[in-house]
Amino acid sequence: MQSTSEQLLAEGEARAQAVEPAGSGGAQRNAARFGRALARFVKEYAIVVVVVVMFIVLAATSDVFLTWTNISNILEQIAPIGLLAGALTFVTIAGEFDLSAGAIAVLIGIIAGKLQPLVGTWPSLGLAVVCAIGFGLINGTIIQKARINSFVTTLATSLILAGIGLVITGGFLVTVAEPSFADLGSGSFLGLQWSVYLLIAFFVLGSLILSRTTFGRWLYAVGGNPEAARLSGVSVQRVKIIVFGISGLAAGIAGAVLVSRTGTGQSGDGITQTLAAFAAVVVGGTSLRGGQGSLWRTALGVVFLGLITNAFNLLAIDPIYQSIVQGAIVLVAVGADALTRRRAG
Amino acid sequence: MSGLRVELRGIAKRYSGVAALQDVSVSIAGGEIHALVGENGAGKSTLGRIIGGAVSPDEGEILIDGRPVRLRSPRDAIEAGVALIDQELALAPEMSVLDNVFLGFERHHAGWLDRAAQRARYEQLAHRLGLEVSPRTRVGELRMADQQKVEVLRAMVRGARLIVMDEPTAALSRVEAQRLLQVARDVRAEGTTIVFVSHFLADVLAISDTITVLKDGRHIKTVPAEGQTEDLLVTSMLGRPLDKLFPEPRLKTREAPFVLEVRGLTRRPAFEDVSFGVRSGEIVGVAGLVGSGRSEVAHAVFGADRPDSGEILIGGTRVRPRSPRDMVRAGVALLPESRKEQGLVMLRSVLDNVMLAHSDAASTVGVLRPGAQREAARRVLSGVDVRMASTSLPVSALSGGNQQKVALAKWLVAQPRLLIADEPTRGVDVGARRAIYDLLVDLADRGVGVLVISSELDEVLGLAHRVLVMRAGRLVAEYPRARAEEAVVMRAAFGGTAGEGTEAGPPASHEGSHAYAEHV
Repeated sequence: MQSTSEQLLAEGEARAQAVEPAGSGGAQRNAARFGRALARFVKEYAIVVVVVVMFIVLAATSDVFLTWTNISNILEQIAPIGLLAGALTFVTIAGEFDLSAGAIAVLIGIIAGKLQPLVGTWPSLGLAVVCAIGFGLINGTIIQKARINSFVTTLATSLILAGIGLVITGGFLVTVAEPSFADLGSGSFLGLQWSVYLLIAFFVLGSLILSRTTFGRWLYAVGGNPEAARLSGVSVQRVKIIVFGISGLAAGIAGAVLVSRTGTGQSGDGITQTLAAFAAVVVGGTSLRGGQGSLWRTALGVVFLGLITNAFNLLAIDPIYQSIVQGAIVLVAVGADALTRRRAG
Repeated sequence: MSGLRVELRGIAKRYSGVAALQDVSVSIAGGEIHALVGENGAGKSTLGRIIGGAVSPDEGEILIDGRPVRLRSPRDAIEAGVALIDQELALAPEMSVLDNVFLGFERHHAGWLDRAAQRARYEQLAHRLGLEVSPRTRVGELRMADQQKVEVLRAMVRGARLIVMDEPTAALSRVEAQRLLQVARDVRAEGTTIVFVSHFLADVLAISDTITVLKDGRHIKTVPAEGQTEDLLVTSMLGRPLDKLFPEPRLKTREAPFVLEVRGLTRRPAFEDVSFGVRSGEIVGVAGLVGSGRSEVAHAVFGADRPDSGEILIGGTRVRPRSPRDMVRAGVALLPESRKEQGLVMLRSVLDNVMLAHSDAASTVGVLRPGAQREAARRVLSGVDVRMASTSLPVSALSGGNQQKVALAKWLVAQPRLLIADEPTRGVDVGARRAIYDLLVDLADRGVGVLVISSELDEVLGLAHRVLVMRAGRLVAEYPRARAEEAVVMRAAFGGTAGEGTEAGPPASHEGSHAYAEHV
């Protein structure tokens, strides 16, 4: 079958060349140009197209999808992973990795849970988030000052953080009985949980930082070409340390939301959450090479993965297939990126 | 076996709508060295890559030994007897020379390597090409010229009867380049055809049998190398005679204050006890062989490397730079040697690149003012005469000359006191070169002290009011413009008897192993 079609193509080409070389060449050229433009557009905005298609399909196939309850459910579900993904987006643009974001979130839950009876709800959550920024800055400082690769450093620190959690809890659950502790994760305002507002605030503020501040410019430059950034008078070390601080902050907020929602903290390395967040960054189209990417991409990546989970629920598909589907999507996203890059080069 | 004969008919190639080649027809005789020359962007590399099978033409046909062929992949090309040696070598640096040479074409019996046979074949070829390194050496440890030879060996092992070499001498010192040209002649002597893509006209004239000149993607002429000169070639490459290459340097006063003074600057082993000054409005050239410590001094002055000892004074005030950031604030700018690796963030837009060093200039407490940013960028870009549809284009979309102008424009958002230009015209075509010289002279006119470091002696002599010569990490001589003659400066750089100036320092230990990359 394949050979027949090839033959047809070859014949078609030959005939076109034989009959009217100039004219058909021009038409082919235009078609090729259009094809390339289309490919570029699809590559650039693939995630937008995919999310819109997914949205339409779900709206058409399920009566429940477009209800406020369902939409607000989706947003609430994606809030913690979304915050982690936001954290990772900053780090990825800087050309680094942060495997410890999930571990920070988990430990922050434990710290907040332990502090709550001592200092009250809001101070405990606030202090825990401050700790998270500290953990991030420590990550960044180790990576920059000791010049250890960030993948290895954050792998190590995520183990250490998990260990600290284990030491603090002694392996038990940390349970908070105080009802006000649940406000951050479950309390709502105008029909949406506070966590959703936090998520939106982080992405809006983060986007502004990326696009509208000198720090944002430095961040892209540092990720794209650290040597050129350094020779332009940008302090590469400082930018990268700050980026890990931002990552810690977002991970801390995610951890605070989670512990407030469940009322319990439990030690662990949070690696599942880290990887899920990372998948959202990649699916959104932020390049792992650094120097490229944006938060709106990650936001759509998070929404897309959230819609998939929702689709499994609404269409009553057995959830045991869910991670297979998500894995396949990540592969497609990365593969498409690599393919278009190879074409261009 | 004789070399392949190649016939190109009506070759055309476009990249995102821009024509790289249009209707190019060239005949390449079997067993000759056929050079492709032209300015950057003339399409010579694209044509070379089409012959080498790395790029497929949009239109036209390729005949090898009279038979039409379609080279769709490197594998097709290899089977047709064609090998391409790219500018970026395709070697595995961690593997041995021998493994690289036979990569993909290992001699084996049922998967077991026949090491003796490989070794024997290697010795035979290496001997013929004068490659004197152990086949067990890691390729990453070899000098550039030897790595090039490894590529040639690989082509021969694959039975190539046509080798396309893309800018093979660009990264080599003069002496190494000469050796490589000899290798090319040896390969020709074996009957293999060579397509030699280069913008080093001296190299081209030295080895080619036939020369094809391209301009703006079109074929200008194909002529026997016999009887051609650099001038003739440049005239056809430009389509007009080359204007005077250097602008007239103007110097208002010899008594202007120093913007930079360096005293006893030392960073072992790169350089030692270097002292000099640059006055406001003065262009000081630094000549010296590759590896003599020129760029290292520049990096130390810019705060990018920390010196062991010595003093740096900017505008008469002693500074102790801990990072380039400190020096940028003090009004020092560096146009680095490699614009891709050190000068520009290729993925980012022209705007972002131009504003990178001075993003504070059009921002309020760290928040950018987009209008002011665009305005500032437009102002400096028009100052360096870069025209483009939009400053939000990625900088990688520009030509080499325009990229270099952007790298320079970045330092003009706020006028520096001192500009250090390291190889300001590397990889820049002849047309844009003059524009960059004009800019440097203009800046000096406006009171900027300019320090020009270059491997092209013409450039140093043509621009500078004063020439410093470095050799083996020491500043060995200084000449005013009037006395800076080519032979004198060369002698000082190579370590012969420097007739005048301040002769000092031990003789260079690696004398003659590096050389000028200028077109002799």
